[in-house]
Amino acid sequence: MAPCACPRPCLVKTFWLLVRAGFRRHSTYRLALLAGMTTNSVFGIIRAYLLLAALASAGAAIGGYDASTAVAFVWWGQALLGTVNLWGFSEVKDRVRTGDIAVDFLRPLDPQLAYLAGDLGRAGINLIGRGLPAILLGALLFDFAWPPSGLSWAAGAVSVVLAVVVAFAGNFVINLLAFWLVEIRGITLLWMITGGLLCGLYLPVPWFPDWLRTIATWSPFPSMLQQPIDILAGRVVGAGIATSLAIQLFWVTALLALGQVVLRAGRRRLEVQGG
Amino acid sequence: MSIIKTRDLVRDFKRTRAVDHLTLAVEPGEAVGYIGANGAGKSTTIKMLTGILKPTSGTVRTCGIDPMRDRIGVARRVGVVFGQRSQLWWDLPLRESFGILAAIHRLEPSAATARTDRLVEQLEMGPQLGTPVRSLSLGQRMRAEIAAALLHTPELLILDEPTIGLDVLSKQRLREFLVEERRERGTTLLLTTHDMGDIERLCDRVLVVDHGRLAFDGTLPGLAATVGAQRIVVLDLAEPSPDLTDVPSTTLVESESGGLRQRLAFDAEATTAAAVLAHVSARHAVRDLTIEEPDIEDVVRRIYAASGRG
Repeated sequence: MAPCACPRPCLVKTFWLLVRAGFRRHSTYRLALLAGMTTNSVFGIIRAYLLLAALASAGAAIGGYDASTAVAFVWWGQALLGTVNLWGFSEVKDRVRTGDIAVDFLRPLDPQLAYLAGDLGRAGINLIGRGLPAILLGALLFDFAWPPSGLSWAAGAVSVVLAVVVAFAGNFVINLLAFWLVEIRGITLLWMITGGLLCGLYLPVPWFPDWLRTIATWSPFPSMLQQPIDILAGRVVGAGIATSLAIQLFWVTALLALGQVVLRAGRRRLEVQGG
Repeated sequence: MSIIKTRDLVRDFKRTRAVDHLTLAVEPGEAVGYIGANGAGKSTTIKMLTGILKPTSGTVRTCGIDPMRDRIGVARRVGVVFGQRSQLWWDLPLRESFGILAAIHRLEPSAATARTDRLVEQLEMGPQLGTPVRSLSLGQRMRAEIAAALLHTPELLILDEPTIGLDVLSKQRLREFLVEERRERGTTLLLTTHDMGDIERLCDRVLVVDHGRLAFDGTLPGLAATVGAQRIVVLDLAEPSPDLTDVPSTTLVESESGGLRQRLAFDAEATTAAAVLAHVSARHAVRDLTIEEPDIEDVVRRIYAASGRG
């Protein structure tokens, strides 16, 4: 049973199987998906009305958002909330703490790649089970701006995938801090609060005061939500799309690379200090 | 070439030396029991063999590979089961774990299916394939873990306490499977255990480790001979009888209920259980007989005592 001679296609296949496994793992929790969808929708309705009220009192578009793009901003945000893992995960942290991470090191596969695949699967089922129903509901209840072109749809889809990867890569690094810290709950909380604000979940990043917008722009957080939403809501078009995707790609590369460095350091710590 | 080779292997933790100048070699096809008290350095050794832990000094070669340099190379050729950890996907049906592991090891699909089917058949896990791993019983899960570790047909199988917590029947099935697997494929086995039955059924060589040092290396009978561990024959007699102090090559350990049950220790080198029985039954009516084997803790304790530790 020799490993096949073509590492590339097989690695892709392995990755794909792990994506599918992640999809199935998370699809077993149907009730959680339904509950998530309901919560996302209720908050979607509230947030949409708040934003519409703000726009009505301003009497004009704010930061490039008119009524229908603002509605699209809210509903895409609600839809992607479960897809992009903004609040983070604890699986890797738990495995580091219990020492089960050693099992991951006993496999002929990079753990970061394995967890990324699993997270993409999780994102997939959340998009289908939670995100798309929320979008349909939003479009049904409000005057909703659909993506203006086929390009926006396609680029939006790519941007969503990149957003999932950015959020995963960031959280993976946070999880790995468990190699050095007994308790990472504080850091996780800080990440959640900062991320929730700067990713543009509560308010569109263009509405931020200058100083906060500057901070957000230099952080990876808008790449997790604001950027795909802007493409899908049609606020960013044409050359702006390319720039937006390039920024996301930068964060994907930077955070995955950071994850590799931290993973290696963690492994060395395990090797040196004991499991 | 040895499948496991360590030379002067040392591993220090903050205050203690877990492995202390350990030099050993295991040849392909051997079945080796690696025993010692808790904290003797067994798991530390295994972690160094598989590349999870870096030696403080000395060398390790697993399948000829330095695990610190090529962890993945070792992972492809070795299967490991840590009794306390799981390599299966908790919330997926068992079948999926096998599929994913086959993909991780990049097995050809036809070969992967054949191997999985064979393991499932041998370990009688067919009915559990659709069950999520979290719902398996401990015995079922442990069989699944071993199947998972063997899926890529490793040359070396390392089992760390595989039978811990299992009932007698589950242990029995697991051992029978391992014997069969080794007969078919000649897989080398390194096993840590607290269960003498595991060693007796599975291993032709025993390594005893004490405070990180190799205290014994040889066969199981050789081990018993070295420490003088005696077997005990328990005789239930039909009537209360005087103490059996006159049976050749035995010593009376205990006499209960006015001599209804008597326990005689004997040295396997000097006499046999059959000879003891023959001698006693010529004088008394024997109702029942059982033989107690030396238990692993006892053997290890004696080794430790002999080396002036423990």
